[in-house]
Amino acid sequence: MEKVFINSIGSISTQRTFDNNDFLEEITTYEDNIIPAIEPNYKDFIPPAAARRMAKGIKMGVVAAKIAMEEAKLLNVDAIITGTGMGCVRDSEKFVTAILDNNEQFLTPTSFIQSTHNTVAGQIALGIGCKGYNFTYVHSSISFESALIDALMQLKLKEAKNILVGGVDESGEHTNAIHELIRHIKPEKINTNKLLQSNTEGAVFGEGANFFVLSNNKQNSSYAQLLDVKTFNTLPKSELTTNLVEFLNNNNLSADDIDVLISGNNGDVNFDNYYLELTEGPFKNTQQVYYKHLSGEFNTASSFGFWLGAKILKTQYLPSEISLNTIKSKGFGIVLLYNQYRGKNHSFTLLRQC
Amino acid sequence: MSKGVAITGMGIISAIGNNVAENYRSLIDGRTGISQISKINTLHKNSIMVGEIEFTNGELEAKLGLSAPNNYSRTALLGAIAAKEAIANAKITDIKAHRTGLISSTSVGGMDMTEKYYYDYLESEDNRRYIEGHHAGDSTEKIAEQLGIDQSLVTTISTACSSAANAIMFGARLIKTGQLDRVIVGGTDCLSKFTINGFKTLMILSDTHNTPFDENRKGLNLGEAAAYLVLESEMLVKKEKKKVLGYVAGYGNANDAFHQTASSENGDGATLSMEKALTVAGLEPKDIDYINAHGTATGNNDLSEGRAIIRVFGEEVPEFSSTKAYTGHTLAAAGAIEAVYAILSLQNNIIYPNLNFKTPMKEFALIPQTKLKEKVLNVVLSNSLGFGGNCSTLIFSKRP
Repeated sequence: MEKVFINSIGSISTQRTFDNNDFLEEITTYEDNIIPAIEPNYKDFIPPAAARRMAKGIKMGVVAAKIAMEEAKLLNVDAIITGTGMGCVRDSEKFVTAILDNNEQFLTPTSFIQSTHNTVAGQIALGIGCKGYNFTYVHSSISFESALIDALMQLKLKEAKNILVGGVDESGEHTNAIHELIRHIKPEKINTNKLLQSNTEGAVFGEGANFFVLSNNKQNSSYAQLLDVKTFNTLPKSELTTNLVEFLNNNNLSADDIDVLISGNNGDVNFDNYYLELTEGPFKNTQQVYYKHLSGEFNTASSFGFWLGAKILKTQYLPSEISLNTIKSKGFGIVLLYNQYRGKNHSFTLLRQC
Repeated sequence: MSKGVAITGMGIISAIGNNVAENYRSLIDGRTGISQISKINTLHKNSIMVGEIEFTNGELEAKLGLSAPNNYSRTALLGAIAAKEAIANAKITDIKAHRTGLISSTSVGGMDMTEKYYYDYLESEDNRRYIEGHHAGDSTEKIAEQLGIDQSLVTTISTACSSAANAIMFGARLIKTGQLDRVIVGGTDCLSKFTINGFKTLMILSDTHNTPFDENRKGLNLGEAAAYLVLESEMLVKKEKKKVLGYVAGYGNANDAFHQTASSENGDGATLSMEKALTVAGLEPKDIDYINAHGTATGNNDLSEGRAIIRVFGEEVPEFSSTKAYTGHTLAAAGAIEAVYAILSLQNNIIYPNLNFKTPMKEFALIPQTKLKEKVLNVVLSNSLGFGGNCSTLIFSKRP
């Protein structure tokens, strides 16, 4: 089996992350329940005429992909695999609204075309002329991890050398409004630094795009080695630790080998107790971090966690704003990510320093 | 050449039948499922034809034993019906006995309910339970629940009209690499105003019966359907002495990288996906006995796909036909629907007619099979081509 490395990253998030030389030097704090991505000047990356036609999700995805491709010094890849929970949801909203408001008349195809879930992957392929494998996974909070599983399988078997993998989701007005009504979004505006003390239902919704070049070939730009990914559609709290230990054992590791646990807490009083199973269980003596106070919650928010893990391993630095406990690891060798959303679609991801 | 992945069960619901047997009967009787739309009150109802499934949502819920109120979209209901048939067909009695996953696909997801209650959600609590049913993964989660698949690999692929072919491909690779012992793969999509109007704005909907590969084709008919296959590992097939219906011998996915919705004139993507699938199967073009084409009957698809077929097969194109004139274009489900049809053709040594064909296209000399034909079939190739330049080919074989 070939080793798989994260050779580059590209991130557009609700923090200023699009510059790869920067690692959360300045944290943007919010006092809200829906937070927007901090976007780069797209003109620096794509022709303005093209950018004008693109949905926000496409722009974020295409540019994050471009940043990752440039850092890996690649002009093309063997495959493009994306994850997205909702695709370009603003265009879906636009098209439904147009259908309803105009009684199915006077419609134009642009928003229908862009609403297709694989638009971002297709646009990236179009942009770089990539005729290779092109997949899009759309399964809630494991959309990105599904893409990782697919990429890992191809790289481990040497079916591909370089694969562009990413998670992207944009936030949409109507979608947010109705998710606020069903309390998936917190009823109150909350400060970034108080997310986990909210004691209320729901999450703070965010958006973003995080792309990575995964490769068989380690190079100077490499961030980390991707060891393994596993997802579960359901996982009762009582089974969480057992399954995690089994996952670690399959990788010849135990809980003590983990230097940092990156936990997907989003401050939802009904579901954060899943994370407690691990943070107060097998990892109570392990350094723990969280990130959704910085990124917001969205279907592919865990790709921001993955970005964070890659950054920590490469820089051997960990910004204090993401600490979940006071334990300090001596060095950062192995990072474990755990994420779930509303008690479903759980994922474990293992990264190692390279 | 690597060995194919065994198919041990299949299930389907489409405009031409509510199960595998009914679909096969319609295919050999040449009976189309295309009609005027009856279940969606669309402004375009007199100017389009669709492949609609006869059951109402209420009837589908009753079949699944679902009590009201539930939050199943029609996509989820259709998917659950077809997936359950596949499981029964594979004679799986204990779904938890082996590592069993589910890879489903959809493009519409819960859009049928979203477009119905879009503004209502803001005003009243009555139907808000459907909000969680909108995202594409929801139908998959519900199918998993219906089948009793838990604590396992369950995910969803959405690559427009090639989605289900890609779900079959991913599932086959998960079996080959030993990550699962058993996987249910396929796709589901219901009709919606969203897709009807979307394709209408692209001006590729026919106002009459679709005519794949015909010079005078006027576009596609949308359809709704769901289909699933059960794939099992070689070890499991041996251990449980399972009856094998056929094998997934090859698969390939490539991108046309030409245009967001249109296919390239020369079918670069489809050529590549067919070539990749042949390589994976360790086969030559001459080994293909029948092609179940994507053949949507749009001007663009049939020209591009036809040219790709000529590029791959040269002068010796085997019999080919599109079954879209039976079912309509069932979008994300199409690859799974046609996978079931491919296996049925292998089992029965039957090539289905390409209905409604009259006039050959002027660009090339390709003529689809227009009459039901008996022929010994060992290997069948199936194409699925979608938006975003997404091109997929599956190869099914009688023997491993």
